[in-house]
Amino acid sequence: MELAGWGRTPRASVRAARPERLAEVLAAIGAADGRGIIAHGAGRSYGDQALNDGGQVLLTGRLDRLLAFEPESGVLECEPGVSVGEVLRLFLPRGFALPVVPGTAFTTLGGAVANDVHGKNHDRAGSLGDHVEWLDLALASGEVVRASPETEPELFRATIGGCGLTGVITRLALRMQPAASRRVVAREERMANLDAFFAAFEAARGAAEFSVGWIDALERGGASGRGILEIGRFDPESGGDPPAGSRLPGVPFDFPSLALHPLCVRLFNRYHLQRLDEAGRERVVPLERFLFPLDAIHDWNRVYGRRGFHQFQCVIPDVAARAGIGALLARVSRSGAASFLAVLKTLGSTGRGHLSFALRGYTLALDFPHRRGIAALFAELESIVRDHGGRVYLAKDSLLSAAGFAAMYPELGSFREILHRVDPEGRFQSDMARRLEIRGAGS
Amino acid sequence: MSGETWLVLGASSAIARAFAREVAARGDRVVLAGRDEADLQITARDLVVRHQAEAAVLAFDALAFDSHQDLLSEVMAYRQGPLSIFLAFAEMVEQAQLGANFAAERRMLEATYLGAVSILSHLAPLLEAAGAGRVVVLGSVAGDRGRPKNYSYGSAKAGLHAYTQGLRARLWRCGVSVTTIKPGFIDTSMTWGLPGLFLVASPEACARACLRHALNGAAVRYVPGFWWLIMGIIKLAPEAIFKRLNI
Repeated sequence: MELAGWGRTPRASVRAARPERLAEVLAAIGAADGRGIIAHGAGRSYGDQALNDGGQVLLTGRLDRLLAFEPESGVLECEPGVSVGEVLRLFLPRGFALPVVPGTAFTTLGGAVANDVHGKNHDRAGSLGDHVEWLDLALASGEVVRASPETEPELFRATIGGCGLTGVITRLALRMQPAASRRVVAREERMANLDAFFAAFEAARGAAEFSVGWIDALERGGASGRGILEIGRFDPESGGDPPAGSRLPGVPFDFPSLALHPLCVRLFNRYHLQRLDEAGRERVVPLERFLFPLDAIHDWNRVYGRRGFHQFQCVIPDVAARAGIGALLARVSRSGAASFLAVLKTLGSTGRGHLSFALRGYTLALDFPHRRGIAALFAELESIVRDHGGRVYLAKDSLLSAAGFAAMYPELGSFREILHRVDPEGRFQSDMARRLEIRGAGS
Repeated sequence: MSGETWLVLGASSAIARAFAREVAARGDRVVLAGRDEADLQITARDLVVRHQAEAAVLAFDALAFDSHQDLLSEVMAYRQGPLSIFLAFAEMVEQAQLGANFAAERRMLEATYLGAVSILSHLAPLLEAAGAGRVVVLGSVAGDRGRPKNYSYGSAKAGLHAYTQGLRARLWRCGVSVTTIKPGFIDTSMTWGLPGLFLVASPEACARACLRHALNGAAVRYVPGFWWLIMGIIKLAPEAIFKRLNI
């Protein structure tokens, strides 16, 4: 079958197994040929991370059972194909929430761990991996091993954010937290430029529960970095009553490429940013709508048409963040490569995994429709990130170079040592692993 | 709490798992029966964590006819409220794979047809005595008309359709409904990777429909419903034409 990531490019032709129980997981791993096998959850990583062209993928969606929940500790034990949204749907009414969620509720927990995802509260809560108690991992040998910070700590660190290359997660346990409320008070403020954004983020970092910035990446010069800062806190008033449900719209067809003409994008961005008056606004929204604004539009990736799109997300350490983000925005606006609103957030601390994305700094995410010349633009953005000591997020990536990757992830050597130990023959493979030479050159 | 107990036979299949979740969500007790007990234990834990339901696991082998009476006795001891049954086990081997291997063919027929007959024959007096409960049997569109692809399997399902028809009339007299579900293309491990499927339904949608039809006391239902039309046409095709078709 043909598979693609959320960006719909690149595409891969794979043989897919869809196990429903452990024995079938082990059989699929055992049946992998020289081209290898990789776990594939909800397909929400953007690029080629969960693809394996000419090889096998192991779809984890049917491994979606919950195994245990202890209300005292908040620890939930489950299979890897359970989605973030399913956990929230079942546990918010019981007063528990995941401490960290990515920007979509459709991701599986296995995939979220394999990318050590972050949310809009990283300064407070860290990455998802920080809340994982243990993982059961089916290794290349067919053995299932439990890895935690206490037992198999190295395997644990390699698997958190490890892009599925250490094995297939067959069970995991993570610690949920009591949900303060099911609604969020969201305050939006207009930001005139990037300096204003940085000043506001510095103030928000220590104080706010959630914070996220939306930037019009087409603005240049003095208006560069213009946008909206959204600060959220749990609404203490609303207690535990469930927010009214709403039917979600979808994108029923692929948009024509005209929709991505810079003029259209400019109009959309202008409209989106200027609907807000000078004083800003404050409103109470259901937690899910605040956390997953784009989930309200099913298949929003179709907006980019058949050709698909690439997302570029990087983090720049605090010291170089203003200069680095400024340089990236300047380069992007000069390219005129139409991008809808860019997202700016702060991250609080370094992740637990060898290949974890997070470090203390500012993270910027931008979408670009797939077109000729996109690789050259990404190469330039990559070098700006490198020059400022930052790194590119593998969950979103489809175009990073192997040299850039090695320079950005200093613990790659340790990661390779673990792979060498648990998977010497390279049974777990992906298009991303080959492109970035994650296992080493020529393997 | 609706206070029934559902015995799910062949509970490792995707449709049976989804069905178990549906009834657990209603507050019913669930007994999961099948061969892979370790896997069923995980499903049982899922029902407990997900829906705070009560769930138990029992070993069940369709071919171990002698054990079926004891299995039902255990279920009767565990049950709370009326007992209902979701019969979802079957063994499907295509004709091409069977070849001339009669031993494999016999195994398939015994598991799919005689296994079901054995369970239902022991169950019927219990339901008659209780005067309550529902029986849901997963049949198959393969049982509607024999095709070169899987006529042996189809014959077992056709037999099961006829058996449940008679059982339906018998149990109707004491207030027990018997519902035969004929699934079309459902996205399960049985159909995974097969070419030429269309309008494939999810196991969750299928399970919801099964429960809905059972609660309505329906007799025979295709799931999804439009298969009634497809199979209606297929059943009407004259044999002289049908035997030439490659479907």
